[in-house]
Amino acid sequence: MNLEFLLFSALKVVGVFALVMPMIAYSVMAERKISAWIQDRVGPNRVGPQGMLQPLADGIKFLLKEDFTPAHVRKAYFWLAPAIAMVPAFLTMAVIPFGSTIGHQKMVIADLNVGILYTFGIVSLGVYGIVLAGYASNSKYPFLGGIRSSAQMISYELAMGLAVIPVFMLVGDLNLSKVIEYQSNHGWLVLYAPFSFVIFLVSSFAETNRLPFDMPESESELVAGYHTEYSSMKFALFFMGEYANMISASAMMVTLFFGGWTLPWFSEPALSNAWMYGALHIGVFIAKMLAFMVLFIWIRWMLPRFRYDQLMDLGWRRFLPFALLNVLAYAVWLWVRA
Amino acid sequence: MIVKRAELSFFERLYLPTLLGGLKVTARHFFRKKVTMQYPEQKWTVPPNYRGAPYLVKDQVGRTKCVSCQLCEFVCPPKAIRITPPGPSGGSDSGNVEKGPLEFDINMLRCIFCGFCQEVCPEEAIFLMNDYSLTGTSRQEMIYDKDKLLALGGVHQDRIQKWKRKAQEALHQGVAP
Repeated sequence: MNLEFLLFSALKVVGVFALVMPMIAYSVMAERKISAWIQDRVGPNRVGPQGMLQPLADGIKFLLKEDFTPAHVRKAYFWLAPAIAMVPAFLTMAVIPFGSTIGHQKMVIADLNVGILYTFGIVSLGVYGIVLAGYASNSKYPFLGGIRSSAQMISYELAMGLAVIPVFMLVGDLNLSKVIEYQSNHGWLVLYAPFSFVIFLVSSFAETNRLPFDMPESESELVAGYHTEYSSMKFALFFMGEYANMISASAMMVTLFFGGWTLPWFSEPALSNAWMYGALHIGVFIAKMLAFMVLFIWIRWMLPRFRYDQLMDLGWRRFLPFALLNVLAYAVWLWVRA
Repeated sequence: MIVKRAELSFFERLYLPTLLGGLKVTARHFFRKKVTMQYPEQKWTVPPNYRGAPYLVKDQVGRTKCVSCQLCEFVCPPKAIRITPPGPSGGSDSGNVEKGPLEFDINMLRCIFCGFCQEVCPEEAIFLMNDYSLTGTSRQEMIYDKDKLLALGGVHQDRIQKWKRKAQEALHQGVAP
């Protein structure tokens, strides 16, 4: 726990935060543009060239809007909920290796040996923010949104956790950097565990409350679901939390299944003083992550919403047995191979 | 009448392969020409008989056609038109028209552009024209008075020309003023 380690960790934390916040703002912008293009219209194109400064306008709007607290809410929880919703999204990014090394520093904030366990623990905390928001708002629609969301997120966490087990059986280690090392040696894990990937992908849509699993904020059914009563900065925190969750889920998928920062011919970790290579690795990671973000946005504007009972049915009666069978199949195969 | 629901095939019931079909559809739309019109750089063409803002008209000779019968004021559903009728003086300032309004105000914020005033006017004096975007900086500014309405209304090519014929008849009958 020497000073150099603390200093560089702080630098990495600040760096990741400073990178993710604009990415959130521009992913909102990307969502609006991509959704518009899919719907045969042009998105925002008035602020700045091609509308690229729109996030600035959004940010200013959120800062200047009236922050209204209705009289009937439970004040303490009302103020606490957005913070609780946003924090876990950022915490999960602490274990993801977003590059190889720059200089002597590994490009991961916390190279935990139980990386994935930490991630799933923190993801479970994400439920609390939404439930608290629904409860604190003291009104019908947010209440329903919060309840539905808690049920949905809990159901799909199970499927998600079980789906990823074959990946770690193949790799033999929970450390995410070792997962990437395995993939650089053996090829991407999506080729070895495609069913795991599919279940994990669908469960991440459910975990981040994205369409088609949009129940908690179903815009046409529940007014705005759990964030109905929130305005201005608190709503901005929920919004940012949702997109940060998406970024975090994309990063996790890239790390576990698509090789993280490696490309098939470009997977040697950067040597000690090769700044360029390190930066290039980070670029590869970010590019893959952006591809997944586009997939998130694309699927949102394509699919209709699941009905609540269909959603729960899918989580418990289809994904859970399927994931268990998946684990069993891989266990048998590994045993036979040994 | 019973609507037959098609049975889903095996692949359709799996749900995931049909996702690819959906992705293809959205991708196709992504690359199509967009239908957005960049207003105000591009404006749409106003169709004929469009019900825009109501304005008062003068005929070819310059007569104000409104004779202050107040039918439009009475028929207007939101009561946007306010007319001050003239006293015994007649109030008209043009030609041999016997009567004209002293004041004629249309509150453009109240107007619902229904066209009843144009439909009910016996003199073809008020028409709904092509203006659709009216702006002002205060509520007072959006109450258009008679001068503004006449200025915006312009000239109406009157085919009936009732006052001209009346003047000629009066001349024939020898009762011209």
